[in-house]
Amino acid sequence: MLLARIVGTVVATRKDPRLVSSKLLLARAVDPKGKAEGNYLVAIDTVDAGVGETVLIVSGSSARLAVGMKDVPVDAAVVGIVDAVDVAE
Amino acid sequence: MQLARVIGDVVATRKDPGFDSIKLLLIQPISADGRPAGRTLVAVDSVGAGVGETVFFVRGKEASFPFHPTEMPADAGIVGIVDQPQAFIG
Amino acid sequence: MILGRIVGTVVSSQKRPQFEGAKLLLVQPETPQGVAIGATLLAIDSVGAGVSERVIVVLEGRAAGEALGKRHAPVDAAIVGIVDQLEFVE
Repeated sequence: MLLARIVGTVVATRKDPRLVSSKLLLARAVDPKGKAEGNYLVAIDTVDAGVGETVLIVSGSSARLAVGMKDVPVDAAVVGIVDAVDVAE
Repeated sequence: MQLARVIGDVVATRKDPGFDSIKLLLIQPISADGRPAGRTLVAVDSVGAGVGETVFFVRGKEASFPFHPTEMPADAGIVGIVDQPQAFIG
Repeated sequence: MILGRIVGTVVSSQKRPQFEGAKLLLVQPETPQGVAIGATLLAIDSVGAGVSERVIVVLEGRAAGEALGKRHAPVDAAIVGIVDQLEFVE
């Protein structure tokens, strides 16, 4: 999974019917210290995350193992809100 | 599978219920010479790995297989701890 | 998923049977700010998107197959939403 920060929301009225009532969030991967790195991605929210929060994003087919995502056409899901990251060094 | 070094712990209270009582570790994938290779990841742990250890992990849906029949949305999972660095430095 | 903009349509007569009836669109990946990044890609359209519209593209095989309504289809990208509004902070 990736550490990422929620940086925005995406509103789409016309979308796959299996995505109706799901919240789409705009996220950007961060390093363990919270520095943004890499590209933006759109992820489906399964834990009620909000802008500014650091989250865990699962990608690929594993995203469909998140709660309520079976057979939903998603490849990235927010599956946890990070309280703390302890990095050794 | 790929080698990685465990570099930290991740604490998350609000998360997918599939992760309940599962340890989440921060890992840095490394190449055979121990140098970092690619970005850090968060992985589920099924072997009791700890910070500082060299491990190997699997990517994809297979990451959740050690916890069967529990299913969790994981795409990276630690499946082994490397005993000695000699085990992989050719 | 990623953000992109529809920059064209692709017509193909000779193709795998699973593509029959599917609309193929050419998508340019973009940043939230609207800056093009990376190579254009082809995606199956399942929501009725049109040229110049901003869309959400899923980039994984099974998910794209789900969007197409056909499993085991040789696809790896599908448009699953049209962006009405985008709010972001950084």
